[in-house]
Amino acid sequence: MRTAFIEELSELAGADPRILLITGDLGFGVFEDFAHRYPRQFLNAGVAEQNMTGLATGLALEGRIVFTYSIGNFPTLRCLEQIRNDACYHDANVKVVCIGGGFSYGPLGFSHHATEDIAILRSLPGITVVSPGDEWEVRQATRALVSTPGTCYLRLDKSKAPPTHLPHDRFRIGVARRVREGTHLTIAATGGILEVALEAAEELATRHDLQTRLLSVHTAKPLDAAALAAAARETGALITLEEHTVDGGLGGAVAECLLELGVVPRAFRRIGLRAGFSSAVGGQSYLRARYGLDRKSVVETALDLLGKKQGE
Amino acid sequence: MDSRELARRIRKHALRMTSIGRSGHIGAVLSMADIVAVLYGGVLRVDPKQPRWADRDRFILSKGHAGAGIYAALAESGFFPVSKLETHYQDGSDLSGHVSHRGIPGVELSTGSLGHGLPVGAGMAYAASLDSREHRVVVLLSDGECDEGSNWEAILFAAHFKLRNLLAIVDYNKIQSLGPVAETIALEPFAAKWQSFGWEVREVDGHDHAALGSALSQRSTAGLPVCVIAHTVKGKGVSFMENTVLWHYRVAVGDEYERALRELERA
Repeated sequence: MRTAFIEELSELAGADPRILLITGDLGFGVFEDFAHRYPRQFLNAGVAEQNMTGLATGLALEGRIVFTYSIGNFPTLRCLEQIRNDACYHDANVKVVCIGGGFSYGPLGFSHHATEDIAILRSLPGITVVSPGDEWEVRQATRALVSTPGTCYLRLDKSKAPPTHLPHDRFRIGVARRVREGTHLTIAATGGILEVALEAAEELATRHDLQTRLLSVHTAKPLDAAALAAAARETGALITLEEHTVDGGLGGAVAECLLELGVVPRAFRRIGLRAGFSSAVGGQSYLRARYGLDRKSVVETALDLLGKKQGE
Repeated sequence: MDSRELARRIRKHALRMTSIGRSGHIGAVLSMADIVAVLYGGVLRVDPKQPRWADRDRFILSKGHAGAGIYAALAESGFFPVSKLETHYQDGSDLSGHVSHRGIPGVELSTGSLGHGLPVGAGMAYAASLDSREHRVVVLLSDGECDEGSNWEAILFAAHFKLRNLLAIVDYNKIQSLGPVAETIALEPFAAKWQSFGWEVREVDGHDHAALGSALSQRSTAGLPVCVIAHTVKGKGVSFMENTVLWHYRVAVGDEYERALRELERA
């Protein structure tokens, strides 16, 4: 996803001199070309995320469209108050980019797991929170964020779903993408874990004769209430899937939204991290399995939700 | 109006605003009043008729708790009617205790949490340097605020990129929230710290308008960011408020208000 992001941003920066990329001293092997091509639009602010976010706000208030970049929780939680007070309160054109959503940096340990960021960031007034599921969505989202006013958060992942878009597909911030049609249940996923949702949907179809509607909810805020309400009404059962704590992330957002709309799915389950801190050591796939976010767990949850037994 | 008269008005307005609104921080406003008056009295290039004029100097009050003083300076400079000051800190007002830009022409940045102004100011100054523009970015900090690490991140950055358009002023009144700076987290040798980080440092009496005028208007001939350490007295101008922690919190009402007002009018 990172390569797709920087390729897209490079193209955009060539056409729009207002675009400026600030890194918190990370991105080895990724930004050299951008920095070489657009030296006036690239800045390494050093290992200082609070200052990076303040700088970004100052530059944005002077007319720039500023992307801040770092990994894991560094561009978000480390400088949360700068995002809140400086960027959001001033409606500043600051686009916070994190590479390393969820367990992307698995073996590096819990400090590098971004597993509360969606919940925390989406609570900030005025922010747009985008968590793409595949590289096409990353490219489209990067493009869309440049023309979305105000402060935005782009959560990139090391994993990615295979391409599912059709030639005529349009990407719109706040509009979930239906990547698979089905009538028995809906899985609403955000981020690279969309790949797990696709695998689970395939297994449910081939082994259990259950057809899954699959929504890529690439925008956690503003949430696509219409698509989620339609899914709840039309398929009855709804599962949310995210590589993130179950507290307040996509699952929480969907639950809040549907309950207030008075659209209550017959069955509803949030799949996400429930074990507290992810202190186990392992790669992204291992940690998904370890914490119940893998294909097997999603299939089991779906069968349980629909009152089916394994092998039925 | 000369800067001394502006300073007198800022002090009197702030005393009245904090008294009517029953808000704190009068000591912090009184300590910076001369600095703010010299800035708005001629150092800053701003135009109340065009608050967003592209070539204006940008001023950020990073010690946002002294917002009453900035509101007073802006009103006296013609950015909004002086009568609006009467609403400070009250239900439905635009004038919050910590400075907010919403609905207030002339305020560049809303602050209140310490350690935010200098990084944002550095970003504005960096933008000016990228675009080869000559306006200045001026950030006023408190001394206690210099405990915040985010300031030192920005101090490193500004020196590295030689942000010659950036001016940081520290209102060094030697008293922070709970007691003397020297007994809380000592800043000394303070000027040497800024110098060693690569800034040009000027120390001045923060109540001497001529000295302030000179220190605040001159850019660094070496092309460095400038820090003016303004030695001030917390609560300056009201004898019983001077050099005391109490008036970071206490509200002057009744006899105390009248006594304070008399002292400010005599000054």
